[in-house]
Amino acid sequence: MLVAAGPALAAEPQGGLPQITQTDTYAGQIFWTIVTFGILYLVMSRVVIPRIGNAMEERQDKIDDDLTRAGKLKSEAEQVIQEYEAALATARAAARETHREALEAWSKKADQREQAFAEKLGSQTNEAEARIATAKAEALANLKEVATEISAAATVKLVGSAPESAEVKKAVDASMTGSAGEGGQA
Amino acid sequence: MAETANGAEASFPVDPLYQFVIQPIVPIEIGGVDMSFTNSSLWMFITIGVVTALLTFATRRRALVPGRLQSIAEMLYEIVANMVRDNVGSAGRAYFPFIFTLFMFVLFGNLLGMVPSSFTFTSHIVVTFFMAITIFIAVTIIGFARHGFGYLRLFFPHGAPAWTAIILVPVELISYFSRPVSHSMRLFANMMAGHILLKVFAGFVLLLGVAGVVPLAALVGITALEFLVATLQAYIFTIFACVYLHDALYLH
Repeated sequence: MLVAAGPALAAEPQGGLPQITQTDTYAGQIFWTIVTFGILYLVMSRVVIPRIGNAMEERQDKIDDDLTRAGKLKSEAEQVIQEYEAALATARAAARETHREALEAWSKKADQREQAFAEKLGSQTNEAEARIATAKAEALANLKEVATEISAAATVKLVGSAPESAEVKKAVDASMTGSAGEGGQA
Repeated sequence: MAETANGAEASFPVDPLYQFVIQPIVPIEIGGVDMSFTNSSLWMFITIGVVTALLTFATRRRALVPGRLQSIAEMLYEIVANMVRDNVGSAGRAYFPFIFTLFMFVLFGNLLGMVPSSFTFTSHIVVTFFMAITIFIAVTIIGFARHGFGYLRLFFPHGAPAWTAIILVPVELISYFSRPVSHSMRLFANMMAGHILLKVFAGFVLLLGVAGVVPLAALVGITALEFLVATLQAYIFTIFACVYLHDALYLH
């Protein structure tokens, strides 16, 4: 720059601002401004601006797309959750209902069984009581007979003659009805 | 005048204006008019070459997740898109490619001017004024095409008392017609002044010898500042184009 300063003065002897003194270059400067600006305008408007615009638009579209998809997925997920909760609620209610029914049925059945069992038990008890009563009566009857026979046999052994069976019977009856202890002693 | 300039030149080691001299590379003459391919034209081509290379390379993949370069390209796009949306409005979408090109052209023209021994074509009033006057004329045509003679309402604020027209209309007219001047001057003057400042400080560094570290430190700071100015002025130049366009589309 420093070295070039000398020749520059030689080239521009009139001095002053070259911007103002070099009027003969005005037309050329304007011409080349038009040419270069025109070329740049064509390149920018045809190539660069559409490229950048498209890239940014695509990105925006992609972002919007992703956002809407995310929103859709979210609402879907929410719906699924709702459905799941509803299903869970109905299932729970159904389970409770089933449980209740089962419990009811079971207790009814249990009641019936208990009742049946009680009836059976009652009838069996009655039967058994009746059987016992008959057995007792039989046993008593047998006892009288045996007692009569034994009394007759004992009388034969003791007295040597067979007593009237009717009399023996009478005596046994009398002793048995009289007192159990006396009868036992006899 | 020339002598004093030359005298000052002899004592100062750097001619701060030499950097602005247009030097023909390929002399071309069309119809007696000098259309030479110059250092200015060369740097215009380098500028659009760098912009084209950067942006086409950055966007070659159009990745969904952008890489570094693509992020830069998208950031530039976003800056201009926001500028157009905020300063022009929805009707400005049609002019987005033009505004984007304008921003790239001026921004990279300014920034590449920071390359040592390069040429800053935006430091020439012809270039900035041509761009400004083109925008001015285009905006005026758009305004009349859109509003017809209603576009003239731009020169009289809505709701002001009628008698104030005698003051307001001339003021608005002057302000309207000085738009291309201020628009072009701002960029040209900023770029020129910054570059002169850099060269002057560089001259001080050479003059002062060892003590030159002081202006050298200042030079580093000014260089950083110039990068800021280069970016900021490109932004401002573009924003004003947007503002004028907004006036044409929506009036006030």
